[in-house]
Amino acid sequence: MAMAKATQRDADTDALSLSAAIASGQARVADVVGAALDAIAQKDKQYNAFLSVGNEAAMARAREVQASIDAGRAPSPLAGVPIAIKDNISTAGAQTTCASKMLGGYTPVFNATVVDKLEKAGLVVVGKLNMDEFAMGGSSETGVNGPVRNPWDVSRVAGGSSGGSAAAVAAGEVPLALGADTGGSIRQPCAFCGVVGIKPTYGAVSRYGLIAYASSLDQIGPIAQNIDDCAALLSIISGPDKRDSTCIIDKPFPFTEIHPEHLDGVRIGRPRNYFGGALEAGTRRAVLSASEVFRAAGADVSDFEMPMMDDMVSAYYIIACAEASSNLSRYDGLKYGYRSDNATTLSEVYRLTRSEGFGMEVKRRIMLGSFVLSSGYYDAYYKKALQVRALLKNVYNDLFSRFDMILSPVAPTTAYRIGENVDDPMTMYMGDIYTVPVNLAGLPAVSLPCGFDDKGLPVGFQLIGNAFSEPALIGAARVYQDLSRGWVGP
Amino acid sequence: MKWETIVGLEVHVELSTKSKIFCACTTAFGGAPNTHVCPVCAGMPGALPTLNRSVVACALRVGVTLGCAITRYSKFDRKNYFYPDLPKAYQISQLYAPICRDGHLDIVAAGRKKTIGIREIHMEEDAGKLIHDPGSGNTFMDYNRCGVPLLEIVTTPDFRDADEVLAFLDLLRETLLYLDVSDGKMQEGSLRADVNLSVRPEGGALGIRTEMKNLNSFKAIARAIAFESARQIKVLKLGGVVTQETRRWDDDAGVSLGMRSKEDAQDYRYFPEPDLLPIVIDDPWLREIKDGIPELAQQKRRRYIDELGLSEPHAAAITAHKNIAGLFESVSKKSGQPLEAANLITGAIMHMLNQSGTLPENLLIDADKLSFLILLVAEGKINRSAYKEAVEAVFLHNVDPEAYVTERGLLMISDGHLIAETVRDVLAQNQSAAADYHAGRTKAFGFLMGQAMRRGGRSCDPDTVKKALTEALQRWVPIG
Repeated sequence: MAMAKATQRDADTDALSLSAAIASGQARVADVVGAALDAIAQKDKQYNAFLSVGNEAAMARAREVQASIDAGRAPSPLAGVPIAIKDNISTAGAQTTCASKMLGGYTPVFNATVVDKLEKAGLVVVGKLNMDEFAMGGSSETGVNGPVRNPWDVSRVAGGSSGGSAAAVAAGEVPLALGADTGGSIRQPCAFCGVVGIKPTYGAVSRYGLIAYASSLDQIGPIAQNIDDCAALLSIISGPDKRDSTCIIDKPFPFTEIHPEHLDGVRIGRPRNYFGGALEAGTRRAVLSASEVFRAAGADVSDFEMPMMDDMVSAYYIIACAEASSNLSRYDGLKYGYRSDNATTLSEVYRLTRSEGFGMEVKRRIMLGSFVLSSGYYDAYYKKALQVRALLKNVYNDLFSRFDMILSPVAPTTAYRIGENVDDPMTMYMGDIYTVPVNLAGLPAVSLPCGFDDKGLPVGFQLIGNAFSEPALIGAARVYQDLSRGWVGP
Repeated sequence: MKWETIVGLEVHVELSTKSKIFCACTTAFGGAPNTHVCPVCAGMPGALPTLNRSVVACALRVGVTLGCAITRYSKFDRKNYFYPDLPKAYQISQLYAPICRDGHLDIVAAGRKKTIGIREIHMEEDAGKLIHDPGSGNTFMDYNRCGVPLLEIVTTPDFRDADEVLAFLDLLRETLLYLDVSDGKMQEGSLRADVNLSVRPEGGALGIRTEMKNLNSFKAIARAIAFESARQIKVLKLGGVVTQETRRWDDDAGVSLGMRSKEDAQDYRYFPEPDLLPIVIDDPWLREIKDGIPELAQQKRRRYIDELGLSEPHAAAITAHKNIAGLFESVSKKSGQPLEAANLITGAIMHMLNQSGTLPENLLIDADKLSFLILLVAEGKINRSAYKEAVEAVFLHNVDPEAYVTERGLLMISDGHLIAETVRDVLAQNQSAAADYHAGRTKAFGFLMGQAMRRGGRSCDPDTVKKALTEALQRWVPIG
């Protein structure tokens, strides 16, 4: 049994350690935020994780937060901690571009609900993070500012679409980041970069201000070095929002520092058919060894056959692209963002602006989505995909009557080389096979590192739970974290 | 050969809710361009719609009134198309599960009763407006109207002529006003109708239809139906084929013109709106809606005639607007004199409304004050001319009627002694006229009556004076 010895968290760089130091007066917010800004200035040329950094705004905010802490008002367990935000989450007065030429120079007039919540909790936003254009991709290579580079190997991708978020945390630029997960966009870059992320239940975190890719699948979530930081951040960003009627949770997830001691009686299912086929040997080995850690902790780990596996990626791309084709129609050059200089008529404004403003992958998905919704094809594609989605929800309902959690790989491979798959969309899309079912069913999942493959690249696994079972998933992840090696940076 | 015209309508009703369908912005008409907007109705990236439940309540009120089946699990869909007045490039509407289906409205046209089927009613958001500046050649966008709630009411093709269409629209408009869901103003675009029309040889198979847009008044609708029906008949008579297309009515030129044919019809790529939850209409909500449906104009007309004894013209005039009916009902109730209340409202009040150019929806008059005056005249405390004068003062200046009639000396002198004295004086001073009367020249009575009224002033009750004079003349004997 490959069980690593439990190690302590790195007491210097994780978010809860920083906030504890700030709360006890051992550290000043300005110093912590200043250190993050310095790290970004030093390192980010290498990783390209950031699209914009707000030095002055962050330092000003740091002083405000310090003042309220000094006045005895620590607004949350993460007060004073710097955080960076994926660039598809709206920040009032600060550029929000979705890494697209189309939204070049676009500055929202309002904050996303999660950003309001971060500010209220005393976190300090230091900048906006690189990603795949409009979150469409799994490698963070399609953005207009070039690819994010994996801190473990800068010739490799960081994963995506929240590649900037995972890389910035892995590189030690910031202790916390927000990503968003539509088909694996938090979990897969976390796996590629060796960090921890949570894709919350659909409806647990407000999407207000998240620039939509696929509205019925998108969900904002935390990324950090460890599960405790993620749990603390999730308790801050979750909760109902009257501006998002799909945010159906009744109250925020509670945050506790308590770690369960064992997982006796917890039933964990392992989809047998996820461990064959395309799964690389090194990844397979690492994920299976993680499942042995759970067994050692007292969990009852057993295998099952996941139905409908071959339909998942098709159903996901039909639904996601259909919604995207509609969501991205508003970028027409008339109101904000990019507008073609070559247009003279209204139809040219539309055609040229969109031809010039969107990258190849975005165009591919808009065309795919428009096709599956068009008259004569709706029933054959879109409607059928909705039926697959409904069946899948039944499958999970059944599974969660037999298991408390499902443990699976996050991606078939570890981080691949930049450029390796850019001309092969099918390979890229198949890379989402283990992550998209979770989004289609609206379920929560945590992505955790579980060692390295033969190339020395991080491997991740995911723990999937029933809707709104985040506290249980976090508890199990804590047990795993305590039994395995702790945070290791590149 | 005899031709038959077949017409169906798509009626767009702008609802009079305070705020828009998916955000808190005001729905007020007018306003400087782009001042009634927020990130939601302007379609900014990341903004999300949230449903205004009072829009659903309006749709349910109309649906219940029109006898529709209510969809208990209703959904919104997106209708996708590019146009500058639509900032999200999709309209949130309902295609797959509209809120109401299968209702009807019973009309009377040309003296005949007819039932018009309602195929469906659905909720949707309005688009903005484009403002073309002929000077610069530029086009500007005004998003104030974006997100104003609309109901689209779709009828079955049951109409055979313009009279039926107008009777339907008139009754529908009246119903919407009574339900308090819309102001029904065609001139401000609160009520808009598209006409689907085809022709066929009487009793034959249905023909190919066209859809006409830009019909901004009842008159335009009547003209457009006549024109389009004649145009299609002419095409068919010449052996041609009617093209299925959308046509625009040009009211100035009096013609309909082709806009786009079926071939270049847009594919709206409808799909379920993922940003909104399905609308669940449960029994308590539906019961609350049903309990809240007020008495409508037709029911009121029947009741006024049958129970209150009003004439048909009076009942029709009073129910033409719910504010007038409301005024009538409170005056009638407070005074206990429905017929007098009807006379007053259809007479003096409506006359003054017309004179002052006041719309019934802006009518503000105190029912208590009118009731007070009706009682005064009924009890003989003021005469009719004083009554008319006081009503006018209430309408124009909202005076206190009691103070008014007192200060102006309009209260009747009903003191029998005073009147008898006046009559005695008049007879004493007009001996010859009294003699004439006794000699059988009855005309003299009128003269004497006039003299008595003049002397008594305008507050004398003519009936009392007449009675006193008649009695005095009977007892009269010539002096000397």
